[in-house]
Amino acid sequence: MDKQSQHLETIQEETTTDYILEMKEITKEFPGVKALDNVNFKVKRGEIHCLVGENGAGKSTLMKVLSGVWPSGSYTGDIVLNGEVQSYQGIQDSEKAGIAIIYQELALIPELTVYENIFLGHEIQKRGLIDWNETIVKSKELLERVRLKVNPETPIKELGVGKQQLVEIAKAFSKNIDLLILDEPTAALNDDDSENLMELLKELKTEGITSIMISHKLREVINIADTVTVLRDGQTICSLDAAKGEVTEQALIKNMVGRAINDIFPKRARKDMGEVALEIKNLNAHDHVSGRDILKNINLNVRKGEVVGVAGLIGAGRTELAYSIFGNPRDYSISGEIYMEGKPVNFNHSGDAIKAGLAYVTEDRKREGLILIQDVKNNISLANLKALSNRGVVNENKEITVATHYKDSLTIKTPSIQQIIGNLSGGNQQKVSVGKWLFTEPKVLILDEPTRGIDVGAKFEIYTIINKLIEQGMSIIMISSELPEVMGMSDRIYVMSEGQITGEMDAADATQDKIMEMATVS
Amino acid sequence: MNLMTELKTILKKNVRAYGMFIALFIIMLTFSVLTNGVFMSPRNISNLINSMGYIAVLAVGMTLVIVIRHIDLSVGFLAGFLGAIAAILLTQYNLPVWLVIPMVLIMGSLVGLFNGFLVANLNIPAFVVGLAGMMVFRGALLQATNRTGTIIVPNASFNAIGNGFIPDINILPGYHLITLLVGAVSIVLFVVMEFRARNTKIKYNFEIMSMPIFIAKLAFISFLIAYVTRILSMYNGLSWTVVIVLVTVALYHFMTTKTVLGRYIYAVGGNPEAAALSGINVKKITYFVFASMSMLAALSGILYTSRLQSATTTAGTLFELDAIAAAYVGGVSAAGGVGKVTGSVIGALVMASLVSGMNLMGIGSSGQYMIRGAILVIAVIFDVMTRNRK
Repeated sequence: MDKQSQHLETIQEETTTDYILEMKEITKEFPGVKALDNVNFKVKRGEIHCLVGENGAGKSTLMKVLSGVWPSGSYTGDIVLNGEVQSYQGIQDSEKAGIAIIYQELALIPELTVYENIFLGHEIQKRGLIDWNETIVKSKELLERVRLKVNPETPIKELGVGKQQLVEIAKAFSKNIDLLILDEPTAALNDDDSENLMELLKELKTEGITSIMISHKLREVINIADTVTVLRDGQTICSLDAAKGEVTEQALIKNMVGRAINDIFPKRARKDMGEVALEIKNLNAHDHVSGRDILKNINLNVRKGEVVGVAGLIGAGRTELAYSIFGNPRDYSISGEIYMEGKPVNFNHSGDAIKAGLAYVTEDRKREGLILIQDVKNNISLANLKALSNRGVVNENKEITVATHYKDSLTIKTPSIQQIIGNLSGGNQQKVSVGKWLFTEPKVLILDEPTRGIDVGAKFEIYTIINKLIEQGMSIIMISSELPEVMGMSDRIYVMSEGQITGEMDAADATQDKIMEMATVS
Repeated sequence: MNLMTELKTILKKNVRAYGMFIALFIIMLTFSVLTNGVFMSPRNISNLINSMGYIAVLAVGMTLVIVIRHIDLSVGFLAGFLGAIAAILLTQYNLPVWLVIPMVLIMGSLVGLFNGFLVANLNIPAFVVGLAGMMVFRGALLQATNRTGTIIVPNASFNAIGNGFIPDINILPGYHLITLLVGAVSIVLFVVMEFRARNTKIKYNFEIMSMPIFIAKLAFISFLIAYVTRILSMYNGLSWTVVIVLVTVALYHFMTTKTVLGRYIYAVGGNPEAAALSGINVKKITYFVFASMSMLAALSGILYTSRLQSATTTAGTLFELDAIAAAYVGGVSAAGGVGKVTGSVIGALVMASLVSGMNLMGIGSSGQYMIRGAILVIAVIFDVMTRNRK
């Protein structure tokens, strides 16, 4: 056999498995971060392919590359669909090629009817006018296809989340797709709706529709997947085949977390803890906006000089827990008790919580933490401005001294404390956030994803700050999606899933597998 | 850094703040030339400044409303209505001026508190609250003036607010001496305060202007104050209206830049969610800002009624839009969190100068409206462009 025929043979071999989609050596960089690093991702025609990985592993970024949200040219590597290399400039291009993506946050317009939503953006027209009759007839067909029994003239807002999801899928089908991507479709669904959706995906498979599903719920994945690809830190770790019995809970967890905790966590002398600083008993919360019970029977405490980690996946209710403790700015309906140093407290708004000695460094520092159009000084002083004022007049000299103090002690890198905060890097913005709350001299500090989106060096500095505060006897509740961080920094760990605390353990006894198991209980 | 490059960077950095002064300067220069100097005559300048008083105080209040991302359309007819109430209290109930003024100001504040309640507690868009208020107060004004038509106010001390000038000791013929003295004192105060601020900056190692530029800036602004007071003193001197406007601006400037309350207002405007999580009671701030707006509307009504020496059935028409335009021209950002009360007053002065100049040139009101509209758009385009370049 000469070289050429050998080459031909390998090509034939490759084409015997029919891949609808191949993503080859995809690399996508953001300033300072490699979100995707040489990712290879192959999807067979007609299968249900699950994509799993920790938060930040790169799943959503990969799907954004595929759907054209990140246009061709902003990444390296090839997308091959049905054997042809694609270069999408936007979502419209990928839709034309037959790819539809359904996001976790549904993109339906609540005030419009089901049929209007299904054909929104590509209305059926006759001589420039919308043909509503045809639209309704077609909508009925599409709804039948997704097994949704509702009148197409129902307004979307009258449907539950599960049914809305099905409308989204019907909307996708109205565009002649053959590759359906679902980004955590069951995150907001109850058990029945989730089951329904899984059944539908299986039925669609028999019709020849290929689905890619991103999910955190491992049982669901095991139940439905033909193939599972695991991503970790922006790299493809493995592709597991269900037919060969490779898709097991242990295998998934091991591949998702299999990263060693290296010594990026500064040592802290563990000493005896003091008394309980904050205790939460039987806390329940209901959100009127989404109509969901977001917290169910939460019991949690933190002692003086202790870091309590709260682990869990996105949507587990951890940030909602922080809100519920910190004066309830989102107006949830709340029941339960909160005790500060043994005394029951009741916070009507965040100001009360601050006065009682609570501080909350928010997850989203740009939207909820900082005032980006103001300078470093004003941001640091804001939550405790009254301490700097005399009869309502701000003492600017004192304020400058305070701001300079935090700039130096937290090593905030800024040309001056008069720098507009929007111009600083993420890590320095985070340090300003921390400084702002330290200035309120809290007894209990809640840190929500304290190192999200900041580089390794700044992370280390944040960890060092945490240790210093603990040595001074502060109590810290650290919400984090990064397991190594939770395990490396905490004394004790709570795990949350679906609004409940599903586990509590000493950090010494914690393993990544254990936490991941509790976090994926559904 | 040599002086020229420093000057350039300062101009670049502060192009928005200085842009307005430059615009004002160009407008005044243009009209002076076009009217053969009549525009800059003592009499015209005095009239111009006195006639913008009731818009300037509204613009001050509107600045804060826009800073916290709302708008208040009700203030025009509220001013008209409360002006009529003042006239009624003075003429029909024969109450003394010193009692009527605080009564009307309190009434204004109460109306504002109610507006703030609708906006903050019931989440009704401020635009709608303002629109409703506009209709209600227009009706109320018609009702109040229904029986008598225009209410003439014969009270001399009340009318002095809008027409009178501060007293003088007649030593210097041709000049209003007290006005000159006020100007001189302001210049001294200004220079002292600037030096103090500069020394603080030096103490904390902040960036400062080099000495020659600093001196040049002091000289320029001192000259401006001197020039304006000289012009005013050549006519009747400082009017009570100008005194009231200056005191209002000074109070609000102090409040917005030096107090906790001011910081909270700008924090709420800059990021309401972050402000709430920082323990700021956003509702209370909203109440305050709307109450202050309506109180200033009451003041505006008093100034206007006093100026006309009567309450008319159409008083207050379009005041709110003039105030909003002044604020936007003065650099207040519709996105919230940005804008100075001093800027808005300069904005009001720019708009008033346009009207005055065009009146002198005999341009009809049809043309005037179109030109004012164009200037408003140009000012905001300039503002948005300089903002984006950052």
